[in-house]
Amino acid sequence: MRYAMAVDSKKCVGCSDCVVACQTENNVPIGYARDWVREINHGIYPELHTELRSERCNHCDNAPCVRSCPTGASHYAEGGIVKVAEEKCIGCSACIISCPYDARYIHPKGYVDKCTFCDHRVKDGEDPACVAVCPTKCLYFGDLDDPNSEMSTLLRVRKYKTLIPEAGTDPQLYILV
Amino acid sequence: MVKSRRDFIKISALSSAGLFVGNQVVKAAASAADSEKQNSDYKLPSDLKRTPTYCEVCFWKCAGWVHKDEDGQIKKITGNDLDPNSNGRFCPRGTGGVGMYYDEDRLKYPLIRTEERGKQTFRRASWDEAFQYIADKMAKIKEEHGPEATALFTHGSGGKYFTNLMKGFGSANVAAPSYAQCRGPREVAFIATYGQGINSPENTDIRDTRCMVLIGSHIGENMHNGHVQEMSDAIDKGATIITVDPRFSTAASKSKYWLPIKPATDIALLLAWIHVIINEDLYDKKYIEQYAYGFDQLKAHVQNMTPEWAYGITTIKPDVIRKTAREMAKAAPATIVHPGRHVTWYGDDTQRLRAVAILNALLGSWGRRGGFYMPDKKSVPHAKLPPFPKPEFTWRDAMDGKYQLADLALANGMCDATIPTSAMSRSIKGWIVNGTNLIETLPDRRKTLAAIQNLDLMVVVDTMPMEITGWADVVLPECTYLERYDSIRDSQHREPTIALRMPAAQPKYESRSAWWMAKNLSRYMGLEQYFPFDTIEEELDHELKQMGTSLAEMQQVGVKKWKRAYDDIYFKDGEAVEFFTNTGKIELYSTSLAEGGFDPMPTYTAHPEPPQGYYRLIYGRAPMHTFTRTANNPNLTDLMSENAVWVNPKVAGEWGLKNGQEVYLQNQDSVVSSFPVKVRVTERIRWDSVYIVHGFGHANKKLSRAFGRGASDAELITNVMVDPIMGGTGMRGNFVTFRFTKGEEA
Repeated sequence: MRYAMAVDSKKCVGCSDCVVACQTENNVPIGYARDWVREINHGIYPELHTELRSERCNHCDNAPCVRSCPTGASHYAEGGIVKVAEEKCIGCSACIISCPYDARYIHPKGYVDKCTFCDHRVKDGEDPACVAVCPTKCLYFGDLDDPNSEMSTLLRVRKYKTLIPEAGTDPQLYILV
Repeated sequence: MVKSRRDFIKISALSSAGLFVGNQVVKAAASAADSEKQNSDYKLPSDLKRTPTYCEVCFWKCAGWVHKDEDGQIKKITGNDLDPNSNGRFCPRGTGGVGMYYDEDRLKYPLIRTEERGKQTFRRASWDEAFQYIADKMAKIKEEHGPEATALFTHGSGGKYFTNLMKGFGSANVAAPSYAQCRGPREVAFIATYGQGINSPENTDIRDTRCMVLIGSHIGENMHNGHVQEMSDAIDKGATIITVDPRFSTAASKSKYWLPIKPATDIALLLAWIHVIINEDLYDKKYIEQYAYGFDQLKAHVQNMTPEWAYGITTIKPDVIRKTAREMAKAAPATIVHPGRHVTWYGDDTQRLRAVAILNALLGSWGRRGGFYMPDKKSVPHAKLPPFPKPEFTWRDAMDGKYQLADLALANGMCDATIPTSAMSRSIKGWIVNGTNLIETLPDRRKTLAAIQNLDLMVVVDTMPMEITGWADVVLPECTYLERYDSIRDSQHREPTIALRMPAAQPKYESRSAWWMAKNLSRYMGLEQYFPFDTIEEELDHELKQMGTSLAEMQQVGVKKWKRAYDDIYFKDGEAVEFFTNTGKIELYSTSLAEGGFDPMPTYTAHPEPPQGYYRLIYGRAPMHTFTRTANNPNLTDLMSENAVWVNPKVAGEWGLKNGQEVYLQNQDSVVSSFPVKVRVTERIRWDSVYIVHGFGHANKKLSRAFGRGASDAELITNVMVDPIMGGTGMRGNFVTFRFTKGEEA
């Protein structure tokens, strides 16, 4: 099992539905977010290009946050999901500093919080909340170890990139371009 | 200077008012308890883990489910898979609708305007007191001016019940600003052409389109849910999108062709496209021959309107005009020249939309797969009410015979009819305003305020303290859509569906539903005969049983879908079709416009351009907000808390403007924005225009998250270009410049 997510930047309209759906699904306090939208513009009027994409934890195969965690709170869970064990977290922020994607924040209750790929939904066979809500269906979630999954197929047929590959984290969030 | 009859009251004045009306509070609470006994419109079946609703954050009315957590608190809202408007996926506003319920700034109690030590303020009142006050004032207006001297402005689901109240009272003045301030010209243009309007959700068959043309319509930023979804599907299937916009919109960024048009010249582009389609023989000859009227006149009409002619006007190169016209024709009839929704721009909007309708006809897309489908709808059978009294006077009498082709009432017309003139024997004296913030909705605020000063009574029904609330005599706190039943949603689609909204929670504070308010007001006004049901559950169940379902079933399923009565979603090849126009045909040459003394075919007229140092004010939507009503929603302000003014880098360079710098905007009539707005320097906007998202710059301090955040476009829209055909208010003829301080020019 190797869970991964893909974002089709050709379809994402940057509406941030993924953000608010994550907040209400996971009780993320207002003012914080586990996922976010980026807009990247290039060119000079009228030769322009805009890329919109929903971002979150990359659930890296080689995650600096897991390596830097002094208590073992940050860990790999089933399917490669990078998680934080709240009860072990001391809120030291080492993981936050080490993450090249700025995907973590300190919850007001004192522990570090981040995207879980909604593993509580995934175990029931549902998609993560952001994927399930997306009006443009630009978000995909699935198992890369299954060659027949939609995720595996997409990465075979579509051009894609990953974010900050030079950090060597082996990220599992794929941006379809 | 005459002292105004009505001062703007910040509802925050209330906190002190609460102190000196001590026993009032007790009385109000007791009365509310009595009312609960009499009316059970918020009784909850306790065995439902999720309750059905349809969304009220915008007009799309997506059906979904409200979920609660272990403590019984509203946790999240998701889409209903059976619903064609949402297909089980809510947009950010619908998902963030929970914030409307939890917003601590909500209107909490009925309020009545009063004067304390020479200063106008609101005092907290009981519901009984508020109803009695309204009934007395309405009776006085009726006695002095007749029942026709009252009007209802409404936007949203509760409107139906206040409409019955108003009509029963004897007034036909009922308008929604969604007509003359938004989609009205589109409806009139399509009725003139096809004998049928577009309505909502629009019958554009985007799912199966192969080419879609968006003219100023920014799907993806306007979050018309089903259409955003279908556009995404169309992108997946490789459809060509052509976007015409002076701004590089999100839709433009998804398009094969972006035509960065000079603003206010769209009709010239449309006419040139018509010219190319006709002169290059690209039109659907069989379709036109069988269904259309006036092709020869149209052909003659556009002969000089070449792409070269349009280039000089629109700045779009002739080869691009030709190439895009050919793309449309290649994909036809699965081509949509999208009619848009907010189309009140330059006052010749009906004619622009006529050009859109004509272009679609030439492509044969009306009634064809991938073009426009024929919608179906199952109307809810309402209980038969006693006949309404016939009014002797309506807002139309104040219009001097103009705007006869308006098929719905004009909100601005009712506003005009409230300002007495020597030509008018009567004017409107009482307003009920339900769910629409007229101060930010109607253009030309000075006129709106002048009308309000002429009123003997203004009742505002809303969930939030908006700008309009501050001018009310009586404020009635409406509960949010998550706390009430409402009329059954019966909107059109490919297949007819209905959807139920039921309460997921008790109304917070003393807020109540529109049904409950109208029902109770009817008792105070002696109009009980128009409200034959004791509870809304009984009324809904009565309606639903006639449709072969029931309230109990709808509470379980939320949405019910029927098969179409006939297999007529698209015209069959060569099928005889009768259109509801004078000629029974698709009118390329409009006989109804000709009869009314208007151009039977659209022509281009030049509109004023910004003076030196000024920029055309373009406004639009952000996907996480609706009008002004979401600007204080805690979940949605978290996504976007203020607007910014988009400025081209060339313009920013001339003015020395930096990203994030705050400026005031001043329009051509020297109106300066109440609040500063941050500059966003971006290539995504033309150098002759600036852009802001509508709905910000709130002036009501009681909106703790929205107050003073960003600029209000509505405030700067003082030049209104009225559509002579149907009275729509064109709002894109306003120009702004920058000021670094509120007091002096930049």
